[in-house]
Amino acid sequence: MTASLGSAALALAFATMLFAVGTALVGRNGDERWVLASRRAVYAACALLTLCVALIEIAFASDDFSLNIVQQHSSIETPNFYKLAAMWSSQEGSLLLWAWVLSIASSLALYSTRNKLRELVPYATAVMAGVASFFTGLMLFAGGVNPFAALDPVPADGIGLNPLLQHPSMMIHPPMLYSGYVAFTIPFAFAIGALITRRIDASWIRATRRFALIAWALLGFGLLLGARWSYTELGWGGYWAWDPVENAALMPWLIGTAFLHSIMVQEKRGMLKVWNACLIVATFSLALLGTFLVRSGVLQSIHAFGDSTVGPYILGLIAVVLIGSTALIVSRLDDLRSQKRIDSLASREAVFLVNNLLLVALCVTIFWGTFFPLISELFTGTKSSLAAPWFDRYTTPLAILLVLFTGIGPLLAWRRVSWATAKRVFFVPSLVAAVVGFGLALFTDALHKPWAFALFVFASFALVGLGQEFWRGAAARRSLAGGSMAAALVGVVSRNRRRYGGYVVHAGIAVLLIGIAASSSFQTNRDIKLRPGESAEIDGRTVTYLRPTVAVDKDKFSFGAVMAVREGGGESTILHPSRRFYRPTGVSGGEISDFFDGEATSEVGLEAGLANDFWMSEGPDVSAVQRRVRAADAGFRACVRGAPGTPPQCRAVSNLMRAAASNPSLQPAALRTIENLQTATAERIAKSYLRDDAAATFRVIVNPLVTWMWIGGLIALAGTLIAIWPPRRSRRVPVANTELEALKEAKYREIRDAELDHAAGKLSDEDFALLDAELRKEAVEILDSANGANGNGVATNGAQGRGAEKRPAEPV
Amino acid sequence: MDPQRKRKIRLVVALSVAVLLAVALVYTSFSAATAAKEPSQLLGAAPGTSYDLTGKVVKGSIRKGDEEMRFRVADRDGGGEGIPVTYSGTVPDPFRGGREIVLTGEVQNGVFIGEPDTLVTKCPSKFTTSNDS
Repeated sequence: MTASLGSAALALAFATMLFAVGTALVGRNGDERWVLASRRAVYAACALLTLCVALIEIAFASDDFSLNIVQQHSSIETPNFYKLAAMWSSQEGSLLLWAWVLSIASSLALYSTRNKLRELVPYATAVMAGVASFFTGLMLFAGGVNPFAALDPVPADGIGLNPLLQHPSMMIHPPMLYSGYVAFTIPFAFAIGALITRRIDASWIRATRRFALIAWALLGFGLLLGARWSYTELGWGGYWAWDPVENAALMPWLIGTAFLHSIMVQEKRGMLKVWNACLIVATFSLALLGTFLVRSGVLQSIHAFGDSTVGPYILGLIAVVLIGSTALIVSRLDDLRSQKRIDSLASREAVFLVNNLLLVALCVTIFWGTFFPLISELFTGTKSSLAAPWFDRYTTPLAILLVLFTGIGPLLAWRRVSWATAKRVFFVPSLVAAVVGFGLALFTDALHKPWAFALFVFASFALVGLGQEFWRGAAARRSLAGGSMAAALVGVVSRNRRRYGGYVVHAGIAVLLIGIAASSSFQTNRDIKLRPGESAEIDGRTVTYLRPTVAVDKDKFSFGAVMAVREGGGESTILHPSRRFYRPTGVSGGEISDFFDGEATSEVGLEAGLANDFWMSEGPDVSAVQRRVRAADAGFRACVRGAPGTPPQCRAVSNLMRAAASNPSLQPAALRTIENLQTATAERIAKSYLRDDAAATFRVIVNPLVTWMWIGGLIALAGTLIAIWPPRRSRRVPVANTELEALKEAKYREIRDAELDHAAGKLSDEDFALLDAELRKEAVEILDSANGANGNGVATNGAQGRGAEKRPAEPV
Repeated sequence: MDPQRKRKIRLVVALSVAVLLAVALVYTSFSAATAAKEPSQLLGAAPGTSYDLTGKVVKGSIRKGDEEMRFRVADRDGGGEGIPVTYSGTVPDPFRGGREIVLTGEVQNGVFIGEPDTLVTKCPSKFTTSNDS
């Protein structure tokens, strides 16, 4: 029932998306009815895909094992929370998630542009619906990946979800990454539309900027969650391994970062059009590449990849995207040429260009390293891989330069900055950075790690510079509106969300990089072997193994340790590292030793702190337990056989088994009895571990400032939210109904920006006067063309123009 | 200096930096990379050369000693009897018989000596179509 309904909905969604592509293309020359039809088709397909997702989720929640996907990835025992999230741990479920999220994003994008960009929306619709139909089509036709594949006969229980994946952040992490990948489709689609129609001004950027930001934030947050999971769940104590899958998600994020910066240059100055088009094509292709990598098996990774059927198709799509977009960009080069040049190297756009180049260099390096096994196979015949040190060697200096520019960019105004002004705005941050540098050199051993030292100095420069920006902005606001400094700060931020949201993101990234630099350079890493009662000294702390612990339940053994960690003369902190041994999923009625054949996971003992994390994992010595388990299993086998000399307490079991063999109706009861006996035995044997006095190995890591990473990530996320939050005005009345109005609004915003820069001391009086005059002239030009377009008489032109000149800007 | 010339200089500087980075990337990657080999390809391996051993841990071959661990690794397709391996250091959670691993080390007297803390075990994946257990 679910299977047929779902398959029908999926097929219908596919057909509807194709219909949307067709109608959008028919209506490309402005036939409103066709365009409307295509838009509604996208909405309809979104509804259908929502139905598909709902059906799958209901099947998971109600243990409907007639669906293959449910049987493979869930079981009756699986906790409810993980049942709902199990969908995307499967190949077919993740494809459905892709298509569904894309249909939602496309619908939102089309809804928000329903009255705008009439020329390019049909093409954008065709691209978005085309990509969506590709993914729905994959599920239907690629074979083996239809989420509604049914099982007959219906199994009684499912295999269950891998225990390693049963971690809260593991459940949010994949949809975050996917949504990030997917949301980059929207700016890509509009860019293609803009290129085809030769409408290459900033209007497509304005229409999709929010989507790009959301995509960027989701991707970044997904990466952070993955790092967090690796740190707390995988038992090796690291958060990043330069693994191909990690790199695959990092690369589009880096290029996306470059894109978000350089589109501002296009918006404000009409420059870098080719560059922006290339960046969004690269971002989208890299997102597809990430989707492809986890499904292809071409690279060695910690994440095992299945050689699945969909890999070649996705590769085909990437090829089409790359070839098509390149041809399109080349054919539009004449339209893309910008009229203006960068006025001065001391300007925000110049810094943005440098940051773009750094980000692209970073991405190229990572790309080369990630795909090096394929490259080396091509040239030398053997697959050789590059390890973390190689990546670190290049990414570290690039990241350090980036953090410097994270600080410099916000301090500079657009177009040009005079030397005197630059000296004024750079003075305090440079001074503080110098003081921090001296302090670190004198009081810590930071100088031993020059890269980390440089990063600390640059990051403090960036943080102080950003703080100064907030301070000067708030001061300017207060001198205008009065009130307290705090109120002025809130006022200036809420009036300039994009700007200050961006600054908050910068601060978050600086904090995050400090965390990475400190934790990777100054980590203490020790493996110690302790018996219960013994202690060891690590990095000024006394670590005592107080006593072992054991817990047994139906599906796992858990051997743990109670550890006391004392620093100096202070109080001890108690940590509980443990190791869990799971019975293989989907096996029932086996032997007790099965527990040691399944997954094993580490539960880390972690004392997190702002200064450092004390992290420990345990490797218990369970060899004695395993020996006893094997003996017990042998005993059970003898019991069941009822061999001569069977002890009396065994006889009941063997009699029961014999009866069950002849009478199948007794079998479930017999199996239950055996299982209960096994569980009781397992528990008894496991408890014996407590008396073994066995030594356990502990990996102990003292990780400085690692918490700063998570905090920095959250700060950056908060900043993104500030930047995408719609301004209050436009929530009440949709101001920018037409493109010209949007253009006008953008120009007014630029004027206000310049005034804020002036008030905050970033622009000298002469520079500001020059810039303001330029901007106002441009605004008048826009108004003139607006009036021309509206067919208004020349007479009103002058009046409107003067209005613009006089328009009371409210910058701060 | 006239702006045209200035721009040209900037372009040349930027391009040379890019070329320099590219050359460095290519050069260091070929020298820093370790070749990945399957057990059957390690038969004639030169002693003292570092390799990435890739393959499947033979089920039931894992013996944990006091200081080090011994196991056998066979080719991924299960062919051959594999190579004996010794390893000390942290063992990732997913490690067990039948799993694919990557381990850096060198061959001495027919035994692959793994470097501590280089053992990578592949996650039992999410996206495999067939289950190996």
